[in-house]
Amino acid sequence: MVETSDIRVVRCGGSKVNLTPPIISNDSRFVLCASGDLVKVYSTRTEEWLHSLQGHTNQVTGITLNPANHLQVYSCSVDGTVKLWDFIDGILIKTFVIGCPLFAIYVSEKHEGVLFLHVSMATDSKNECFQLVSVHLPKSAEQEVEAKEMSAVSSHISKNPSCTAFGRGVRVHFFFFYFSLKATDKKGAKNAFTCIACHPTDDCIATGHEDGKIRLWRNFIHKKEYTYSTQHWHHNAVNTLCFTPEGTHLLSGGIESVLVQWQYGADNRKEFLPRLGGSILHISASSDGQLFCTSHSDNKITVIESSFKVCGVIQGLVKGDAVLTDLMIDPRSKALVLNGKPGHLQFYSLLRDKHLYNLDIVQQEYIYEAGLDQFEVVKAAFDIKGSWLATVEERGKKSSDLEFFLKLWAFDERTQSFVLNTTITAAHTDRIISMCFSSSEETTMLVTAAEDSQFKAWCQGADDQNFWSCDFVGSYHKLNPTNCSFSADSSLLAVSFQEVITIWSPDTWEMLTTLCQPPGVIRDLCFGRLSCSKYLLGTTTKNLLCCWNLLTCELEWSTSVDVSKLQPDPFSENVAAFSYQSKHTDLFVFKPSEPRPLFTNKNVCSEKVHRAVFVPREEPLNSCDESTQWLNRSQLYFLTQNMDLLTFSTATEEDRMLSSSKQLVIDDSVAVTPFYLLLGKHRQQQQKLNTQSHPVADKPQQPQGSVTIKELLHTPAHVLPAASVLCSMFVNSFLISNTGEMDSEKEEEDSEEEMEACDSQQELRAQGSVDEVTPKLSKAQERELKRVRKTDFSWMAGLIDSKP
Amino acid sequence: MASFKPTKVQFLPKLGEKVTEDTLYWKNYKSPVQIKEFGAVTKIDFSPLAPHNYAVTASTRIHVYGLHSQEPIRSFTRFRDTAYGGSFRGDGKLLVAGSEEGLIRLFDISGRVALRQFTGHSKAVHVTSFLSDGFRVVSGSDDLTFRVWDVPSAVELSSITEHTDYIRALAPSKLNPDLFVTGSYDHTVKVFDMRSGSSVMTMQHGHPVECVLLYPSEALLVSTGGRYVKIWDLLKGGQELVSLKNHHKTVTCACLSSVGNKLLTGSLDRHVKVYNSSYKVVHNFDCDASILSMAVAPDDEVVAVGMTNGVLSVRHRKHKKDKETLTSRRRRGPSYRVFVKGKNFVPRQDDFLVSKPVKQYLRKYDKQLKSFEVSKALDTALQTWTRTSKPEVTVAVIIELNRRGTLKNALAGRNEESLTKILNFLLKHIFDPRFSRPLLTVGDIVLDLYRQVLHQSPVVERQLQRLMEVLGREAELQQELLQVLGILDTLFASLTPRKEVAALAALPVDQGPQLQAA
Repeated sequence: MVETSDIRVVRCGGSKVNLTPPIISNDSRFVLCASGDLVKVYSTRTEEWLHSLQGHTNQVTGITLNPANHLQVYSCSVDGTVKLWDFIDGILIKTFVIGCPLFAIYVSEKHEGVLFLHVSMATDSKNECFQLVSVHLPKSAEQEVEAKEMSAVSSHISKNPSCTAFGRGVRVHFFFFYFSLKATDKKGAKNAFTCIACHPTDDCIATGHEDGKIRLWRNFIHKKEYTYSTQHWHHNAVNTLCFTPEGTHLLSGGIESVLVQWQYGADNRKEFLPRLGGSILHISASSDGQLFCTSHSDNKITVIESSFKVCGVIQGLVKGDAVLTDLMIDPRSKALVLNGKPGHLQFYSLLRDKHLYNLDIVQQEYIYEAGLDQFEVVKAAFDIKGSWLATVEERGKKSSDLEFFLKLWAFDERTQSFVLNTTITAAHTDRIISMCFSSSEETTMLVTAAEDSQFKAWCQGADDQNFWSCDFVGSYHKLNPTNCSFSADSSLLAVSFQEVITIWSPDTWEMLTTLCQPPGVIRDLCFGRLSCSKYLLGTTTKNLLCCWNLLTCELEWSTSVDVSKLQPDPFSENVAAFSYQSKHTDLFVFKPSEPRPLFTNKNVCSEKVHRAVFVPREEPLNSCDESTQWLNRSQLYFLTQNMDLLTFSTATEEDRMLSSSKQLVIDDSVAVTPFYLLLGKHRQQQQKLNTQSHPVADKPQQPQGSVTIKELLHTPAHVLPAASVLCSMFVNSFLISNTGEMDSEKEEEDSEEEMEACDSQQELRAQGSVDEVTPKLSKAQERELKRVRKTDFSWMAGLIDSKP
Repeated sequence: MASFKPTKVQFLPKLGEKVTEDTLYWKNYKSPVQIKEFGAVTKIDFSPLAPHNYAVTASTRIHVYGLHSQEPIRSFTRFRDTAYGGSFRGDGKLLVAGSEEGLIRLFDISGRVALRQFTGHSKAVHVTSFLSDGFRVVSGSDDLTFRVWDVPSAVELSSITEHTDYIRALAPSKLNPDLFVTGSYDHTVKVFDMRSGSSVMTMQHGHPVECVLLYPSEALLVSTGGRYVKIWDLLKGGQELVSLKNHHKTVTCACLSSVGNKLLTGSLDRHVKVYNSSYKVVHNFDCDASILSMAVAPDDEVVAVGMTNGVLSVRHRKHKKDKETLTSRRRRGPSYRVFVKGKNFVPRQDDFLVSKPVKQYLRKYDKQLKSFEVSKALDTALQTWTRTSKPEVTVAVIIELNRRGTLKNALAGRNEESLTKILNFLLKHIFDPRFSRPLLTVGDIVLDLYRQVLHQSPVVERQLQRLMEVLGREAELQQELLQVLGILDTLFASLTPRKEVAALAALPVDQGPQLQAA
C-alpha cells in the first residue's frame, strides 16, 4: 500500500452563512443556511452545527422548504442544479439539472411542481441583468433529472433576491428596474426599492426603500386604485422586510442593526431590539411565528424568540472586507485569530470550524452608520507562550488626524481570557507598521516599528510595575522602517529600513550590522528556524528573494521571485513563499539552507495571497513522501484577496477524513432503527451485484453476513421484518462465508479480543513505513494481511454503502 | 444582544510623581497656617519638652508659640537690635539668643527679663547654643571668634579664632558636652573639642556654609552652603559621603525629621525638599518666599518654616480623628444591611433559580448618548461640577461625540450662556497636552458654526480674543521649546562618540545556489 500522496488545495471552513435568508424548519428545531457549497443544519436550541447537506459543487445561492413536504428542502446553486434534500437525515433525494447558473429560488404553494428561479439573462456576467423563470419539475423516479422545461416569467429584475416575493397565491413581482428610475427622476430623493414583502392574508405589500422608508401598498390587485402609506424609522436603507406568518407584525432591519417590529394596522406602535451585531441582511420567521432569524453582515445568524429575546447566536468566521491583522494562531487554544467584527479580535477553531469567542479590543459602543470612521484593530501579536497579546487600533485613515492606541493584554488564568494591562495612547507619532514579540522564554519584549522612522522596544516591569513602558528607541538615518523580526532565540532583532536591514542586539541595544541588497524596499523579513537559524530571509518590492548568512554577513543566495507573502513554519526549518505572477499565485516551500524547493505548487489560486499561517496539527502525520513531508507537523492556511480561506490537504489526510465522516453517518443510521439497517443493507447489496463493481466488492459480503447474523440474533423478534425477507439474506451470508476463508466463523465467535488485536494491527499499519507494505509479500503474510484488511474494512464498508 | 458600552474615560496618570510611602507620609499635612512676624524669621527652635513649644527669632523679638496656638504665648522683646539664633536648653527651661550688637542674652522661659548677659563679642552674634551639659553656652560671631561661656558665673571660658570669615552655623554634640561643629563663610566646617581647645577636624565645603547638622548617632554630619548639601562621615575622618544639588539657590537650613531621620532642606528658591535614606528627593513643599529657617517638631507633628518676608508658615499633621469629624458631618446613607440583604443567600440544590437581569448602571451622559441625544449629553458633561473637578470626563464625552461624527450637531444651536461655558472650558484646558487635540477640534467647529453671529455678543467676542491670546502664547512657547530641543540635539550629537558601522552595502548577487523557480 504505497501512499500516493497528492497535495490538493481545498477550501476549508469559515464560509459565509449570511448569503441567503436562513430557514427555520416547521417544528422550529432546525435552522438551515447556505454556506459555501454546503447547506448547514443547526439546532435552534443549542446553536450547534448538526450536519451539512453536501453535494453541490459551487456556491449555494438559495434554499427553500418544499411546500409539499415540510421535511424536504430545495437548494439551488451556481453549478446549475436544484437539489431536493431530506434535511433531518441529510439525504439527497433528487437532483434537477437546469444547466445555467441559478441565483435565487422561490416556491409557491399554489404552483405545485413549479420552481421559480433567478437566472442570468446575458451570458456575459458583466451585464447584470437577471430574469425570473419558472421550471416545471418532471415527475420521475430517477435520482438525477434534467429539467429543461423553462418559461420566462419576467425579465430585467433586480439582482437582489430580496426584491422578489410571493403573496397569497397570486404571484406578485415588481419591475423594480423601472420603478427606481422613475422615482429618482421625479423627486431627486433616494427612494429606490431595496426589498419587498407580501402580507400572508391581506392584499398588502410592504416595500423598503433606500432612504429608510417603508411603504405599505394596499389594494394592489386592482391595479389602478392602490393606495400607500409611508412609515419611517430607519435612517438608512431598509435591507429586509418580513411579515410574521399570521400577518400581525412586520419586521424590518437595516444597517443600524436594530430589529424593528411594526404592528400591522397600528402603524405607530413598534418595538425595537437594538445592538444585534452587524447590519441586518435577512429576516425570516418560522411557520408558527414563534422564532425569528436574522442574518447579519458579520457572518452571524441570530435566533430570536417572538417575545423579542435573543435565544441563540450562530457565528461564522467574520471576514469583513479585509483582514487587517495577520492571520495568527493563539498559542494556548491553537485557534486562528484575526480581526472579526468591528473593534474585536475573533478566535476561531479551524479544527471544529467553530467560532470560539470575540475579544473586545476597542471597548467602545459601535455606531451602525454608513461612512462613519471608527476604530479598527489593525495589528495584533501574541508572544510565544500566549500569555501576552499586543493590539493596535486605529481610526482616521482618510482624514489627517490619525488616532491609534497600542494595547497590551495579559492572559488571566482564572477567567481564561485576556485582560487589558496597559494602554499606550501615543506610542509613536505616526502609524505603526510592524510589531513583534521577542520569542525568548524568560523576558518578554515587544518591538513596534512606525512611520515616524523609529522603532521602539517595550518592556514590562521596569521598577517592579506590572505595566509596560518604553525601553529603547532606535532609528537609522531617519529612514522609515518597513518590518521587524526577532530571531528564533531572540538574540537578534532585524529591523528593515527601506532598503537596508539593520541587525540589533536586544540585550545591549547596539546595532551589530547592516545588510543591504539595493534595488527595492524590503517587504518581508524572517529568520530561519532550528538548523537554519543562521539565515535571514528577506523579500523586496523589486521581485527579489534574498537569503543572508548571519555568520558571514554575506548574501548566501538570491533569486528573482515576486513574493507576496513569506511565512516561516514555527515547527520546522521550512519557509513558504507565495509568489504572484501573471494572474496566478504559486507556492514554494523551501529550506533556507537548501537550493531546491521542497515543494512547488503552480497556480494555487488566481488571486494574490497576502495572509498565510502555519497551524500546528493536533497529531503529526507521518508521511515519508518528500513532497508532503512539510505538512507533517503543521498545516498551511492562506487567505486570498477574495477572502477565501484555503488550505493544503494530502491524500492520506483526506482518506482519514473520509473514513471518519462516513463512520459518523453510520452512527446516525443505526439510531434510526435496526429494521432500516437490515433492509437498507439488503438493497445495497443487490445494487452492488447489479452494478458489478470492482473485485473488492465480493469480499465484504462475507463479514456482511456475519453482521447480519449478529443483527438477526440480537434484535428482538417483534421488530424484525418478515422472515421471507430475511431468509434469503441469511442463507446468502452463509454461502459466501464458505467461499471466504476458513477461520471466518471463528472470528465471529470471539469478538472482543479479536477486535482489540485488529486495532493494534491497524495502528501498526498506520505507523508502518513504505517498504513494510511493498506489494511483494510472502503467501502467509499476504493471508495475514488479507485477514486484517477484511476484518476492519468489511463491516465498515458495508455500512458506508448503506448511506444512499 | 450586546449591552451598551459606556464612554471610556481616559485615565492619564500624572507624570513625574511616583506615589511612595514617603510621598503619602509627607502629603499628610494640612494646609499651612501663616503667622506674620515683624521681620525675616532667622531661627526656629522646638522645645525638647512636651508640649513642644517653639521659639521663633524674628527682627528684635523672640516669640514662643504653642503647637496649636497662632498667638505667641510668650515673647522676649528686650533687644535693642535684631536678635539671632534663639535656642532652648536640653531641659527646655532656658533660652539663649545672640543679637546684632554682640550681646548674648539668656532667658528663663517663664520670665521676661534676661537672666544673664554675656558681653565680649565685638560684632553681631548669629549663632548661639547650649552645650549638652547645660552649663555652658557656645556662640559664634561675625568677629571670626566663637566663645564658650559659663552660665552660672556668666564669664567667658574660652575664645577661639580659627575661622577666617563670619561664623554662621553651629551644632553642639548631644552625646559629648565638649564637642561642637561650626560652619563659616570661609567655606570650612570644623569640629572643635573643648578639651583640646582647638579644632580636631576640618572639612572643605567649597561654599559659604549656612547650616550644619549632626545626625543623632553623630556619625554623619550635614552641611549646607551654596546650592549644595553635603553629608560627611565623621567616623571615616570627615570623608564626604554624598553631595546633593537639588536646589537652585542657596540652601539656608536643614533639619531632621524625628520619624526615620529623614533629611529636610530649605532654600532661598522657596522649596523645602525631603530626602529618603538614600538621599533621593521624595517630597517637596512649596512656600511663598525664600526660606531662611525651618524646624520639625518631635514626632513630625509640625513643620514650621520661616521666610524672608517675615511669614512663619506652620503645617500640622493630619490625624484620623480629624477625618472622622469630617465624615460624621456628612449625611448618613442607608446602612450596610440594606445592600447585602439577600445577596449572600445560598440556594439549595433542588431550588429552581430564576435569574434576574442585572440592570446596567449608566451615567447621565451615557444614557443620553445611548438615545443619541448629543446636545444634551454635551450639556451634562459641561455641568459645573464635572467641568471643574473632572475635566477628563468632559473631554471623554467630546471625544466620543467626535468619534460618532456628531460633535458639530452637539455644538450647534447654542445660546450665549452655553457657548460661554464651552469657551471657558476651552480657555482653561486647551493648552493641557492631554486635552488639547480634541479641544482644538471643538474650537474649530465653534468658529465655523458661529462666525456670522459672533459680533452680536461682546462676551463671546472677548472670550474668543482671550482664546486667541492664549493660543498665541502657547504657540510661541512651543516654538521656543523646539528651539531648545534643537540646541540640545546638536549638543548631544557632538558629544556621542562616532562609531564606525561596517555597512555591507551593495553585495553582488551571489552566484551560489539559486531557487529553482521553474
